[in-house]
Amino acid sequence: MDFSIQITGFVALYVFMLAAFAGWVIIGHVPAILHTPLMSGSNFVHGIVVVGGMFVLLNASTVQEQAIGFFAVLLGAGNAAGGYAVTDRMLAMFQTSGQKAQHAKLSHVKARHPRKD
Amino acid sequence: MTMASTAQLIIGVTDLAAALLFLYGLKRMSSPVTAPSGIFVAGLGMLVAVLASFFYAFDVGAAAKPHLMVNVGLGVVALIVGGGVAWWAGKKVAMTAMPQMVAIYNGMGGGAAGAIAAVELFGTKTPGTTQLVVTLLGALIGSISLSGSLVAWAKLQGVIKKPLRVRGQQYFNILVLLGTLAVAGYFIYVAQGASGQLLPTPQLIYLFFGCALIYGILMTLPIGGADMPVVISIYNAATGLAVGLEGFVLGNPALMIAGMVVGAAGTLLTLLMAHAMNRSVANVLFTNFGGTPKHKASHIKGSLKPTAAADAGIFMRYAKNVIIIPGYGLAAAQGQQKLYEFVKLLLAAGVSVKFAIHPVAGRMPGQMDVLLAEAGVPYDLIFQLDDINDEFKTIDVALVIGANDVVNPAARTDKSSPIFGMPILNADQAKQVYVVKRGQGKGYADIVNALFYADNCNMVYGDANAVMTMMIEAVRGLGAKAAA
Repeated sequence: MDFSIQITGFVALYVFMLAAFAGWVIIGHVPAILHTPLMSGSNFVHGIVVVGGMFVLLNASTVQEQAIGFFAVLLGAGNAAGGYAVTDRMLAMFQTSGQKAQHAKLSHVKARHPRKD
Repeated sequence: MTMASTAQLIIGVTDLAAALLFLYGLKRMSSPVTAPSGIFVAGLGMLVAVLASFFYAFDVGAAAKPHLMVNVGLGVVALIVGGGVAWWAGKKVAMTAMPQMVAIYNGMGGGAAGAIAAVELFGTKTPGTTQLVVTLLGALIGSISLSGSLVAWAKLQGVIKKPLRVRGQQYFNILVLLGTLAVAGYFIYVAQGASGQLLPTPQLIYLFFGCALIYGILMTLPIGGADMPVVISIYNAATGLAVGLEGFVLGNPALMIAGMVVGAAGTLLTLLMAHAMNRSVANVLFTNFGGTPKHKASHIKGSLKPTAAADAGIFMRYAKNVIIIPGYGLAAAQGQQKLYEFVKLLLAAGVSVKFAIHPVAGRMPGQMDVLLAEAGVPYDLIFQLDDINDEFKTIDVALVIGANDVVNPAARTDKSSPIFGMPILNADQAKQVYVVKRGQGKGYADIVNALFYADNCNMVYGDANAVMTMMIEAVRGLGAKAAA
């Protein structure tokens, strides 16, 4: 039995189309307060390129390919790790007054962040 | 079942899981309540995908077999070094420097996509014209994203101070882009020569990457620093697209899906940002904003009226309601903590306090929200422009701290102003306006602000952190006197 994860031709176009639509829909409802964290978050997600770099590096058969492959993994890993660290720091700061005891008296203030529907 | 197909199965399953986790993670990140867990979910997807990528080792081509141990070692080293350094830098950098860090990491992603394409091109692994075109397209976009992001970083970091512009620059840039495309076209022509076999033409590949990298630099240099957030967002989308395209070349669905999701999401995010600045993306990329302001500040009446920080602080203590408009100056002075301390004093005294955030406050949309959140300000005290702008008419005090262009009424009235048409916070409509500012200098867009000269406006000069400290002391002093 052979498992192939290759996607080619029109199927690839379908995948691209659906993925693009998914990305568009997910971001479509984001409040402005999250623009920067989300840019950073999506920046982290394309760090998946490191996996492509690993594929290329492991299949390298010349010194040149090894060098470029190494470079690809190095950069891709930086993209992924750095993107995660920065996004995590940004998002860790979001808290409502309800979550913080010392601000309990403010809890009557309505949370008003209307989504851009 | 052979070892190779088992490896394929494992990679297939984990990549599927990774794609799902990315989508679910991004979905969670799109609401402030669930956002912190969103990045964790996406991170989990990344972790399993990277670990599973070692299974490629069981399925390498015959040529790579002898080098396998070395390659695996190189992979581990690259992952640890690249990931470690970036992780350390990401944890250590100040929150105010976040935008340029995002630019750097984004450039790295673009570079990685370009490098993958380079291996495909140098080797003979790209069969067929379609594959070749997609590889080259991904390489072009990835390279532009790499060099462009580095220029964006240099601008935000202050390494490059002024936008560099020369006459006919746009035409020259277009020429370079056309030249790059011509090289790519010639490369395809040569590669698809007589035998249909990819011929080794390293010089052409070098030339192609060189041109693409130079185009990225040339394209970003003339854009003003104030527009960098939009530019970074564009490059973010571009890197996503490049990753998706290289995923197609490698036949890797995880790269295709993640890349394309980011490509689309980044594009929409770019449009939202540009919209918030009331500018089109083409306008950002191809016009010279804030370069040489031709208009003269002739029709500004009134004078600057300085006042003491203590007086302003006490005035606000006895006001009914205050709206605070923070800007980059606050962040640069690291004054958020002190500001929130002051706000807590006001709240305790029964003053209604709200924060009004302009979409481009700080250096990137949403950055000011993050900085305030860092200082502990609950986000339900923070309001966006559209939600709060009508309230300025009814409030006692608008406190502008380190913000300038986003409260400049010229954007409403003065057609000759470079920021004309940009939505602004209506601070000028408050009964009393206090502006905390380091000196008499101009804002990022380098234009005079008529608000500062208005009758209802007083200037409090000084570093935002120092000014807030003085205000706190003044208000505390009142309490002490009352108690005595």
